[in-house]
Amino acid sequence: MILVFVETINGQIKKAGLEALTYGKKLAEKAGLSCKALVLGPASDPSACGIYGASVTIHIADAGYTPFDSQTYTNAITEVAVKEGATVVILSHTANGKSLVGRVAVRLKAGSVSGVGELPSQMSPFTVRKGAFSGKAFADYQILTPISVLSVMGNALQPEATGVAAPVVNLEFPATPSRSKVVKVDKVEGIVPLPEATVVVSGGRGLKGPENWGILEDLADVLNATTACSRPVADSGWRPHHEHVGQTGIAIRPNLYIAIGISGAIQHLAGVNRSKVIVVINKDSEAPFFKAADYGVVGDLFEVVPRLTAAIRKSQAAG
Amino acid sequence: MKILVAVSKTPDTTAKIGFTDDNTRFDTNGVQFIMNPYDEWYALVRALELKEAQGGQVTVISVGEVDCDQIVRKALAIGADDAIRVDMAPSDAYSVAAEIAHHARTSNYDLVFLGKESIDYNGSEVGAMVAEILDWPFISYANKLELNGSVATVNREVEGGVETVETTVPFVLSAAKDLAEQRIPNMRGIMMAKTKPLNVVQPTGELARIRIAQYTLPKEKSSVKLVDADNMDELVRLLKEEAKIL
Ligand SMILES: Cc1cc2nc3c(=O)[nH]c(=O)nc-3n(C[C@H](O)[C@H](O)[C@H](O)COP(=O)(O)OP(=O)(O)OC[C@H]3O[C@@H](n4cnc5c(N)ncnc54)[C@H](O)[C@@H]3O)c2cc1C
Ligand SMILES: Nc1ncnc2c1ncn2[C@@H]1O[C@H](COP(=O)(O)O)[C@@H](O)[C@H]1O
Repeated sequence: MILVFVETINGQIKKAGLEALTYGKKLAEKAGLSCKALVLGPASDPSACGIYGASVTIHIADAGYTPFDSQTYTNAITEVAVKEGATVVILSHTANGKSLVGRVAVRLKAGSVSGVGELPSQMSPFTVRKGAFSGKAFADYQILTPISVLSVMGNALQPEATGVAAPVVNLEFPATPSRSKVVKVDKVEGIVPLPEATVVVSGGRGLKGPENWGILEDLADVLNATTACSRPVADSGWRPHHEHVGQTGIAIRPNLYIAIGISGAIQHLAGVNRSKVIVVINKDSEAPFFKAADYGVVGDLFEVVPRLTAAIRKSQAAG
Repeated sequence: MKILVAVSKTPDTTAKIGFTDDNTRFDTNGVQFIMNPYDEWYALVRALELKEAQGGQVTVISVGEVDCDQIVRKALAIGADDAIRVDMAPSDAYSVAAEIAHHARTSNYDLVFLGKESIDYNGSEVGAMVAEILDWPFISYANKLELNGSVATVNREVEGGVETVETTVPFVLSAAKDLAEQRIPNMRGIMMAKTKPLNVVQPTGELARIRIAQYTLPKEKSSVKLVDADNMDELVRLLKEEAKIL
């Protein structure tokens, strides 16, 4: 069977969790296996895992799982995996997921591939593709052990709400005491975090200075987009570091990436070139970014961006 | 405090990626190799700062063949006290992690620092595996670390924010941007590195659990569709009707 560990936040299933479930369901259909979900900690509606593909939700409701700890979580995930006889364990490629993949794999003596974006191409030998060299290539990995552990890259597939609520099996497995504890969480409220964003508006040195970000934020507003930036922009303190995308920043794959005043250096492209559609706005028609773009506008961003924002507003008003 | 810092060799960020032998092997021809930036800029430097503040020892460990010596020497030039190179071609995260954990345990290190991910295989897996083998806490994506006696306060990057975690020595940490400021080796460091111990050791022989069967290059984008800067209505139409994205 396939066990999907479904991440939650404040008791709600995360988008990354829905994506992992959808991946699990599709793999289950392809491989003729069953797919069960595991939810850790208090959750408002664990049966919803069924809507996204699980036949059963296993719920360990102990509040000890509210703060994340890689050891505590690994204990619970592997306990359930062994009990259920899971041959595939699916996690999300999130900050927490990345702390778990290696741990869960070692505990289960399993091979693991993190950050997969496609379904396995075959089950025997278990073969699955993932990006390598920071988006510059793909590698087809074979897992050589009876159990496989995978983590699913954000935005790699659309969650599909095609099923029905699943029966919930409550399991007693209290969180074990651990040597690390979360003492504080500072979250920027109201903004979709970059790795989950489906639309990203990103600015580079072409904007000339932090005081000019207003036009970019207006565009992001009408698109309900998350803002990002190139590395020198973050390094100069024009924008916060968590907005830095690229090979040494965050790697993203939104449906739409709009690059404004960014030249398209290879290290920048490495983090964004798996976006589904790329729009580049740059005054230099020779900017390397145009080679990686689907749509391009050669022009002065200070004129083009407000025009684009107005055009989108107009189109939204027209319905 | 004895700190073990894991450093890996990766292609330079500007390297052109290609493959040989029927796309089963990475073509290293003409590729420059560097120390993985997260390992060099953040994990190593934070370890050195801790040593400078409270004494101790910083050892770098790299799992790789003789061509790794260049990055290991650089780590020594930046300030590590000594180095271990486990003489094997690294083929998967598990077999690498098993070697690192083995040395952490047998030589009684208090802390193991790694980069948050290697920029070649982008696994973000080795750190968690080392932690699991050692049965230590693992704090990933750390961008701030304060150590007070044996109590550590760590900020880690999570989606949309920062989480502050408290833990105690021993633990494993993976380093993200901001954990420290990059250091450039100076002449004195480079000279001293030549006499610092670089111990080449044999692997324990733990087997890989995954292998790469084949590589593929992404499809080239078909050429860009240019839209006139005066006609943003057209761009919106294309995004709506052609790309079906708005
Ligand atoms: C090891 C290493 C790792 C790196 N990692 C990253 C990374 O993760 N992410 C990253 O982004 N970079 C990274 N870099 C840096 C990268 O090489 C580039 O230097 C950087 O991406 C350039 O940023 P930029 O495009 O904002 O600035 P620039 O290269 O200066 O480009 C500015 C662009 O704005 C355009 N422009 C200027 N004015 C206007 C205007 N009025 N209207 C329209 N267009 C205008 C210009 O034509 C130009 O193309 C890394 C570098 C190294 C060495
Ligand atoms: N061959 C290696 N030798 C030593 N350390 C490594 C090796 N490969 C990976 N690491 C460490 O593990 C971290 C994460 O790598 P990865 O799991 O491959 O993304 C890197 O930043 C290094 O600190």
